[in-house]
Parts: sequence; C-alpha cells; structure tokens
Amino acid sequence: MAFTFAAFCYMLTLVLCASLIFFVIWHIIAFDELRTDFKNPIDQGNPARARERLKNIERICCLLRKVSVRVRGGRLLAQRSPTLVVPEYSIHGLFCLMFLCAAEWVTLGLNIPLLFYHLWRYFHRPADGSEVMYDAVSIMNADILNYCQKESWCKLAFYLLSFFYYLYSMVYTLVSF
Amino acid sequence: MSAPAGSPHPAASARIPPKLGGAAASGAAAPAGPGPGPHQQNGPAQNQMQVPSEYGLPPQNYIVPSGHYSQGPGKMTSLPLDSQSGDYYSGLYTVPTQSVATPNTASQQPGAQQMYGRVPPAPRAVGSTPGSFQGASASASHLHTSASQPLSSFVNHYNSPPMYSASSSVASQGFPSTCAHYALSTVSNAAYPNISYPSLPAGDPYGQQMFTSQNAPTVRPIRDNSFSGQSTAVSHPSPLPPPPSQQYHQQQSLSGYSTFSWSAPGLPSTQDNLIRNHTSLATASNPTNTDSLSCSVMQNVQPPKSSPVVSTVVSGASTARMPPAANRPVEPVASVTQPSELLQQKGMQYGEYVNNQASFAPTPLSSTSDDEEEEEEDEEAGVDSSSTTSSASPMPNSYDALEGGSYPDVLSSSASSPAPDPAPGPAPAPAPAAPQPSKLPKPFGYGYPTLQPGYQNATAPLNSGGPPSSPVYSGFQQYAQYPGMNQLSSSLGGLSLQSSSQPESLRPVNLTQERNILPMTPVWAPVPNLNLDLKKLNCSPDSFRCTLTNIPQTQALLNKAKLPLGLLLHPFRDLTQLPVITSNTIVRCRSCRTYINPFVSFIDQRRWKCNLCYRVNDVPEEFMYNPLTRSYGEPHKRPEVQNSTVEFIASSDYMLRPPQPAVYLFVLDVSHNAVEAGYLTILCQALLENLDKLPGDSRTRIGFVTFDSTIHFYNLQEGLSQPQMLIVSDIDDVFLPTPDSLLVNLYESKELIKDLLNALPNMFTNTRETHSALGPALQAAFKLMSPTGGRVSVFQTQLPSLGAGLLQSREDPNQRSSTKVVHHLGPATDFYKKLALDCSGQQTAVDLFLLSSQYSDLASLACMSKYSAGCIYYYPSFHYTHNPSQAEKLQKDLKRYLTRKIGFEAVMRIRCTKGLSMHTFHGNFFVRSTDLLSLANINPDAGFAVQLSIEESLTDTSLVCFQTALLYTSSKGERRIRVHTLCLPVVSSLADVYAGVDVQAAICLLANMAVDRSISSSLSDARDALVNAVVDSLSAYGSTVSNLQHSGLIAPSSLKLFPLYVLALLKQKAFRTGTSTRLDDRVYAMCQIKCQPLVHLMKMIHPNLYRIDRLTDEGAIHVNDRVVPQPPLQKLSAEKLTREGIFYIWIGKSCDNNFIEDVLGYPDFASIPQKMTHLPELDTLSSERARSFITWLRDSRPLSPILHVVKDESPAKTEFFQHLIEDRTEAAFSYYEFLLHVQQQICK
Repeated sequence: MAFTFAAFCYMLTLVLCASLIFFVIWHIIAFDELRTDFKNPIDQGNPARARERLKNIERICCLLRKVSVRVRGGRLLAQRSPTLVVPEYSIHGLFCLMFLCAAEWVTLGLNIPLLFYHLWRYFHRPADGSEVMYDAVSIMNADILNYCQKESWCKLAFYLLSFFYYLYSMVYTLVSF
Repeated sequence: MSAPAGSPHPAASARIPPKLGGAAASGAAAPAGPGPGPHQQNGPAQNQMQVPSEYGLPPQNYIVPSGHYSQGPGKMTSLPLDSQSGDYYSGLYTVPTQSVATPNTASQQPGAQQMYGRVPPAPRAVGSTPGSFQGASASASHLHTSASQPLSSFVNHYNSPPMYSASSSVASQGFPSTCAHYALSTVSNAAYPNISYPSLPAGDPYGQQMFTSQNAPTVRPIRDNSFSGQSTAVSHPSPLPPPPSQQYHQQQSLSGYSTFSWSAPGLPSTQDNLIRNHTSLATASNPTNTDSLSCSVMQNVQPPKSSPVVSTVVSGASTARMPPAANRPVEPVASVTQPSELLQQKGMQYGEYVNNQASFAPTPLSSTSDDEEEEEEDEEAGVDSSSTTSSASPMPNSYDALEGGSYPDVLSSSASSPAPDPAPGPAPAPAPAAPQPSKLPKPFGYGYPTLQPGYQNATAPLNSGGPPSSPVYSGFQQYAQYPGMNQLSSSLGGLSLQSSSQPESLRPVNLTQERNILPMTPVWAPVPNLNLDLKKLNCSPDSFRCTLTNIPQTQALLNKAKLPLGLLLHPFRDLTQLPVITSNTIVRCRSCRTYINPFVSFIDQRRWKCNLCYRVNDVPEEFMYNPLTRSYGEPHKRPEVQNSTVEFIASSDYMLRPPQPAVYLFVLDVSHNAVEAGYLTILCQALLENLDKLPGDSRTRIGFVTFDSTIHFYNLQEGLSQPQMLIVSDIDDVFLPTPDSLLVNLYESKELIKDLLNALPNMFTNTRETHSALGPALQAAFKLMSPTGGRVSVFQTQLPSLGAGLLQSREDPNQRSSTKVVHHLGPATDFYKKLALDCSGQQTAVDLFLLSSQYSDLASLACMSKYSAGCIYYYPSFHYTHNPSQAEKLQKDLKRYLTRKIGFEAVMRIRCTKGLSMHTFHGNFFVRSTDLLSLANINPDAGFAVQLSIEESLTDTSLVCFQTALLYTSSKGERRIRVHTLCLPVVSSLADVYAGVDVQAAICLLANMAVDRSISSSLSDARDALVNAVVDSLSAYGSTVSNLQHSGLIAPSSLKLFPLYVLALLKQKAFRTGTSTRLDDRVYAMCQIKCQPLVHLMKMIHPNLYRIDRLTDEGAIHVNDRVVPQPPLQKLSAEKLTREGIFYIWIGKSCDNNFIEDVLGYPDFASIPQKMTHLPELDTLSSERARSFITWLRDSRPLSPILHVVKDESPAKTEFFQHLIEDRTEAAFSYYEFLLHVQQQICK
C-alpha cells in the first residue's frame, strides 16, 4: 500500500477519462443531430428554416471544435483573442505525458497510437488554418460525417476500456507495494 | 492515286475518289498547316483547275438548298410513286449486288423513269444507261488513274453521287425505318383518335398546362435538315416495312432512295447539283492524295452543254452503282459486326414508334399552349412553334410537321442503329489492319510536323470512307433523339456506343494500336440498357447522367470494376420544352417523399408503389383525372407519369413566407486599378441595355455599392432628382446609412438608376485610391441583402488590401512551372467562407467577377461564391483597350449573366433507390443535410456532381432510380419544383458494368474528385490518382473481362477514350505541372471543373477541333435559318492542324490564299494581323459558312469564347498548342507515351 506518483496519475486519469467519455458521447449526439434533418420538404423549402438549420450546423461544428481542439482564431484577424481551450486532444496528451513521467510504459504504449492519431488529425486540418476538422461546409458530406461518427464510436470504446484499465491499474499500484 | 488506293480494303478505295473529288471541288483546299499539307500535293497540277470552278460555284450552290426546300411540296405530288418505289426497292434490291447488272434494272425501274419524266430532257435518260453502265464497270475496276479519259473521269465523278447518297443517308438503317414509321404513323393515327387533342380547352379544370418534352426534338430536325425532310418526303409514301433480315437490302434501298431525292431537285440545275455533290462530299474528307481525280471530274462537268447528260447519268449511275458503292462502306462496319443485333434493334424501333405515337398524341397541342414563361425565357422556344402547327393531320401540306413528329423516331432508331458505325468506322476489321504495321515501328511518331506516310495511308480510309459523312448525320440525329434537348448543347451529341449493343461497347480495343481513337462525331452519352418504354421515358442525359449506366449490384462488384460511381446533374438547364404542372396536390411517396415519376408502378387503379423506397401509396382522387385526355381513371397517363422531367408549380404549402422578389446588388471596385482597367464602362453599358431584361417581376429591386478604401452607397429612392452617394469610411464596423433606400424598385426608380449608370463610369476617373476594402464592402452587401436574399455581383480587380478579409500575395512566380508541389490552392482565410455561409443562410448568392492583371488570390476569394451557390468569372489581364478581346468577352458574358434565368432560395434534394447512398457533392452550394443542397441562387449554367456508394446489395431489384427535385422561386415570384428522374438497370456481371460506362461522365466526376484531392492533399497526389484511375480500371478489365492475351493495351470500346480524356485532364491548367501556370488560372480552372455542367466541362477538357477551310453544306444543320455546317471532329494533335480549335482559328503558314481572302478578308498570309479576333463579314460562300459555323459553336456555350485567329509564328501559338493534348510538350506525355506509361503500370 503505497501512494506513488503512478497511483496519483491513475487517479487523475480516471477522472479525466470520465470527462473524455462525456466529450465523446457528446460528439456522438452532435453528429446524430447533424445527420437527422426533417424529411419534410415543406419545412426545408422554408428559408427561415434554412437559416436556422445553417446556424445549427455552424453552432454544432463550432462546439465540436471547442470540445476536441481549439487553435487561435483567424490568423489575419488578430484582434480576436487566441483561445486556449483544447479539451480532448490536450487531455489525452496530458495522459501520455504523465504516464511517461511515471514510467508506466505499458499504459503509455497503449495510448501512443491514439496520440499519434490525434497529432495526425491536428496537422492535417484544412488549409485555411483557423477552422480545424469540423468544417460547416463539408461536415454534411455523408462520407465525412460517417467517418466522424465512426471515429467517435471507436474513441468511446477505447476510452471506456481504458477507464476500466486505469481503474484496475490504480488499484493494482495502490495495493502492490 | 494508286498509292492510297492500295489501301487494304476495296471499300476504302471505293471511298477515296469521291472524297478527293470533294476536296478539290471545295477548293478551299488550303493545304495549310504542316500535317495534311503534303497530301494535297499528291494531286499533281490540278489545283489550279479547280480554283476557278470553285469560284463559279458559290452562288449556284446557294440556290440548291433553297431548291430543296421549295421542291419539298413538289415532291409530295410524286407521292403516287410510292407503289412504284415500293417495288422498286423490293424488286431491285433483292437482286444481289451485281454492279454491272443493276444499271439495267435501275433504268427500267418505273421509279427511275418517273424521275426522268420530270426532267426536261427526258429521252436522255435512256441514253444515260450505257453511260452509267460503263461508268459502273469502269469504276468497278477502279481506273482512277486515268484522269485523261473523259469517260473514266465521268465514272469517277459519278462515283461520288452514290457515295454521297450512301454516306449521307448514313443513317442507313434509319431511313428504311422512316418508311416504316410512316406507314405506322398513319395507322396509329387512325387507331388513336386522341390526336384530336387540339380541342383541349385552355382553362381545363386543373389548369394544367401540358407539353411533353418529347415534342422538342420533333421540331428541330425538320428545320435543321432539308435533306432529311426531303428524304422522308420521298419515302413517306412507301409502305415498305423495314426488311428486317437484310441490312444489305436496306442500304440498297436506302441509297436508291436517296438517289431520288438528290436527282429530283438537282435536275433543274443539274450541274450545280453535281458540283454540289462534290463539295459536300468534300467536307467529310480528310483529303488524301487524289486531287487529280476530282479535278478531272470538274473539268468534265464544267462544260454546260454536257450537263443534261450528266444529270441523267448521274441518276442512272448512282442507282446502278449503288450496290457496290453503298454497300461497301457500310458493310464492314455494321453488317459485319453484328447483323443480328441490328435486326433486333430495328424491331425495337419499330415498336418504339408505336409507343411514341401513343404518348405523343397530345403533344402538338400542348406545346402550342406552351408555358408563357418558358417560351419567353428560352431562346429556342420560338423555334419550336412551327412544328406544333398541324402535326396531327397527315396531309401533304403539313408533312413538315408530320415529319417533325416522326422524326425523332427516325432519329432515335437510326441513332441506335448507326451507333455501331461511328465507332467501327475508325476501328473495325479493315481499319486497324492498316494502321498497325505502320504504327508499331515508331512509338513516338506523333511529333507533329513529320507525318509518317504510313499514317497517312492508314488514316485515309479510316477518316474518309463510308462513314465520313455518316457520323455527321447520325450525330445530329441523335441530337434530335433526346427530348427537350437544347439545340445548342447538342453539339456534344453523337453516340459512340450503344448499350443495347453490349458486344459493341465491350468490343476490346487495342489502344496502342488504334490510331484514330476519336470518333468523327461528337461523343454521345450511352443509353441505358432498359426496355423501350423506360428508355423512352428516361431523363435526358443532358440533365442527368450517371457514370455507369449499368449499376453494379454490390459494392464489391463496383470495387472490382475500379470505376467511379456518381451522378452528374445539370438540373436548371435551359429547356426548350418542359411540362409544367399545376395541381392542388403534388403526388409524393408518403415515406420517402419521392415525387411520382414515370418509373413507379401502379399496382391497381388506386395504388402506386414508390420506386425508391417500395412503399405502396394511394393515388389521390384528383390524380385519377387526366386533364390532358380528359379521361378518368387513367393515372398512368398523367403528365407526371409520362415525363421524367417535369416542373410543378408548388402550392402555398411549400412556402412559409411569400416568395422573395428578385433582388440584385452590384458591388463594384472603383479603386484606381479598377478605373484603369475600365470595366465600369462595359458593365454600365451592359446593364443599361439589359435593364429591362433582368429576370424579375414588378417587385424587382436593384442596388449599387462601390468601394475603394471606403464604401459608397447610392440612394436611389424614388423622388430624388439625382442619385445620392453616401460614403461610409468606417470600414471596421460597417453600417448602412439609409437601410431602406439603397435597394430600390427597378421600375419605380428606373430613371435614377439610368442616371447613375451613365454617371458611374466617369465618377472615379481621377481617383488616386489604390486600396480595396472588399471585405467590409461584402459585409455591407450582406447586411443590405439579408432581409430579402437575392444576388450580389461582386466586381473585383485586385487583392483586397484593407479591412476584414484582406489578403496577401501568396504566389511565388518562380514556382509557376514547378513540377513539384503547388501551394496555396486552398483559401488563406476563412473570412470569405464564413461570409458565404452567412449569405447562404440569408438566401443570398455572391457571384464574383475577377478582372485582374496580377495575382488576386482567387483561391480565397472564390470561397465567397463556392459556398453561397454563386458563380465565378475570371478575366485575366483584363483591360478595355489593351485587351479588347477580353473586353468583348466580358460584354457578352454580362449579357448572358444578366438575362439568363435565375431561381432564388432554392434547395435541391437528390434521392436514390434504397441501397444506394450519396456521399460527396461537388459544385457550388452549401450541403445542408446529407442529401439536401442549399442553393441561394440557381442558374442555368450550374452543374453538380455527386458520388455514390452502394450500401446494400441491390440483388432484389433490377432497376434503380435517382430523382433530383429542385425547389426554387422563379424570378416571377412563383415557387416551382423541377423534378428529374433517371432510371438505370442493375447488372451482376463485371462485363455489363464495363459495357455501360459513360466515359465522359466518369471523367467529369474524376476531375471533380481530383480537384478535391489536390486541395486537401496535393496536386501530385491528384495527378497520380488520375493516372491510377486509368491504370486500375484497364488492368481490372484486362484481368477479369477480357480473355484476350494481347500484347497491347486493351480497353473495352466503352472505355476507349478514357486514357485520352485523362491525359487531357492532366494537361488542363488545373492539373498540369511543369508548364508555367499562374496560380489564379489554375484555381479558376479548378472552380470551373467543380461547377460547370458536363457538356461544357467536356469542351473544356477536350476541345473539339474542326477544319473550316473546307466547310460544305453536307450534313449541315439549320439553326434559325442559318445553315451550320457540321464538319467532322479532328483529333487534338498538331498532326491534324490546319484548323480551328474551340475558339482558335489556326492559320498555317502555307494556308491557301483563297481561304485567307475569302474568309479572313486579307490578301495573303503576311498581311493578317497578329491579333485578330473577328471574322470579317465577307460576301463569299466560304466566309458565310465559316461564320455561321463559328457562331453556332459560340452559341452553344454559356461563356462567350474569344475567337483568336492564330497565325503560325505568332506568340499566341503556344496558347493554342497547349490545347493539342495528344501532342507531347516539354513537360508532359504525348498520348502515345501516356498509353505506354499506362501499359507499363499495368504490367507492373
């Protein structure tokens, strides 16, 4: 029974992992909302509805961006304050850093693939910089939407599994000494 | 002579003489350009001879066509002939083709005598027999070389008429079926008295105005083609059913009959006629060597006294010689390939006609009661009215109209039957044999100046033979085949493959050995292999095309085929005829909301089954009544169910706010740069001229905003004495000075608007302001427009340099020709995208006119149009005096832009049968939902593309359907829904998938995908992907379908143009590397690829090359009383260079002076100015032809192209050469190299 740094890491990640799961579930809901649209053409022909829908898409995309990653606002419009909210990706980055420090190599190894995936996504965002992967103009293309949805489900599974793994590891580190 | 005649097949040699004759006679002969030049010299000295003759000709020639017309009715009087001609055909043509024997029979034919009887020198007819006899025998032995012998030259000469008839009637199978049609039509008329539709009251209960689109083609052919008109007239009486068994027969009868038509009008002015024959023949030709021949011919003909003799001989000879002449060219083509199929087709056509007739009956009337708006807005509408006059009555005097009615069938039938022709023409048995030996040894023999003699030999028979004129005909017939098709866009027409002839489209083609891969006719969309009822009902390929006309059953099969699956849409195309339906209830499926369409099935009187989701729906009571037939209980006869393209006037259910008025806002750059370029004058002028033609109703509003470093608004409120300019200099936070008087009613404030437009060009002449605050101006425009929505037209001449949305130059001129990475294809800022989305939300579209001389970051600016469903126009290095051609282009484009139809606050939904799903959309719009595109504006020049995937196996269905519904507010404030439905068969074998490839659609879809790829990834990725598309599909084909173990590169004939088009794409400005390309040019090309409809995009990717120094009237079509010659297509290679590109006229150094003088109006080559952009209006025949042809080409495109007359040596040369995509450039493959490259990749 020893309260090591590793044990602390696991405890912290346990909490943060819960928040990640929350984020992912939120993603899934958001994509679902994007996907479902009223099939009623009368409603769709209505310009007011169009505006509302467009705003909705933009809002969801904006939130999605906020939740997963956020870089500075438009480069050229410098007056907009650069934001530092980088929830999902940064939290996951933090995990990796902590496990690195705690020398929990197995756990780190499990997380490395996702870390690289996040980095890849981050650097392969659309060229106009400010807006990252959830772009209002392209998100509704079915293939992108499908991709995003699948990604979310996979992440959900991964976070859930890792949650229990962290739980187990925490107990294990606490008990093992 | 004998040298080329040494060509492989007798047919080839038979064909050559007439062609040559043609070349000589046309006299334009211009051996310009490096390629063909040398050929022509083969004909020894006769060139001089022909010149005079040619000169004498023009006036005479002109008489002839009119003669045709006037004689039309006259010929009707010879109707009694029909029995004779009937047995003429049957009697004569059952006789096997003995060329020697036939003449006798021919002259004894009652029909023939009848012909002569109408000729003043009747007795000569008898005398003609021996002549023709001899001629026949002589020609049979091919004594071409004996130019000195009058007799033999006669022979040669007379060769041509039969040739002509043979080839001109190319529709060979089509014509007989004409007869059949006629017989039938009368029958069916009798059977279906519902022809009496004319009595349909205008105000019928449902207020339904109905006109079927099928009617459209009807009309045109008549007007277009005097020849066909005639021929039908002649054939009309003959009750001859299409002899189904012998195609042979048909050709004979055909040609026989065409002889009639020729000789009849020709007799009065025989000589002309003969000459005309020659000239017209000439067009098709790719004249090889035999000038000598034709020259001698001309000499013989010239002496006037010989003319009567000549004439009789002609008819005699032609009939006599018909068998050999007619058959040979065609034989190898059609009958050899698949006779049985032809039979089948014929039978089908037969049936089809009956069907058509049934559905047709109502049309004439309804088309007269055409929708007023449609009528007024479609340029072609006026054209059609003639056909509608009295088509119901089969009276002689109305035969025009009648033909109009039947013609599409003739066409469609002939379209299907000759379909094999064009393709085999260049390809089939005899043809490839020739090219192969010569081609193989020299892999890179494509270099343009040196033409291998071997090639010449090979190409001669191919290009020139029986098919030469035939494709011309078939092309235009096919054009008529499609209902409601726009005349203009028809230029794309031409059927290269028939899906009904599976073997044909699957016929393996060895690409590396096929020299002339490009058919002579425009490439036409394959027709889905459906049963006839459905085929007839299916949507026009102009509006709706699928890359695979046979949909594979599963995604696995699709993956195996390695072909892209997607749709190409042109939903708001200018249609000549469109059924417009007003009814209280628009019948739709209750679960998937599909509009009722021709492909639903009626389970019983009361229920119908949706063809997309298979739900069974009730038929509403109102739908049971058919206002057209005024009958009850025939829901399947309703116009919605008879037409795959219909337009509904939406009821008030479809709008929650009143339809928006047409609102136009012009945002104009007036900085120093803009004033310097001088576009304001042109714009204001165009606006002044077209102010009354702006689409809209009495609520139309208009406004102006100008900007430099400040923003200027114009108060045009009614009652002011002059326009008030309000300047807002706070560009960081733009506000509207007087929100309600900036957009004013066009009619109430017209005077003020005119004042403003007159003053505007001079208001800023002394400005020193060089900055441009585009971003704030756009924000102001958005604020101005957001209450209503509408269209914002932005004119910008430089990089925005102030306020929000300012941009920096990102282009590095040194990287222009880099073969490596091309940067900055994406936007630099998201300002414009966000603005566009805001605009889209407010139903405002932003159209961008970029007129700049330096880099303006189109990649960023284009976003404002891309996501708001606008359009983009780009005029590089625009200047009103330094670059007058661009100025003129702007002028013409503006005219089109301002006056074309427009739809506001539109949404487009695409639905498809369960199991298929759409995933990526291409075009300018905002995707609002997975199958719904939000279009703030829709214009007739916008095209869209959709990629499809197969999510569930389609095994339990044999048909899939796609439906696009475009809901928009017309400029008149009506809410309308335009619905297109396309139906395609599902196949389970890979071979069928390949057979149904629509190569043009596939290329356009690939181009769209490549643009996406190059923006999201990199240009080189996109290029690789394009090459891989060819490699994958061809290797997949090679490994799965084709069993031939061939050394060459094998492709199914449906895909034979695939590598060529991909190469063309790689050489487009958008994708090319290694050649210096300005970034803006590249981005503009990409924008165009994304938003142009297929027809225009194909012309951009693979322009058409024609030679215009030999235009003749053969195969010409008539547009608005103009004769438009239809020369055959040429490959885009310098080898074929003497001609005219899409909007270039190439003048070779050695171009014939006659041509220069007649058409260009200059005495010789040296005096042609470097920058020539107009053809002078000269009073010569060739000038007239050239001009009418070029006008016709121009009319068929939405953006007016500039005409460049390109001299050899001129600096513009490179500009022209870059379009010759089959040739090698320093940075890119030639076509042949590309093929080898592909082959290597496959073998890897």
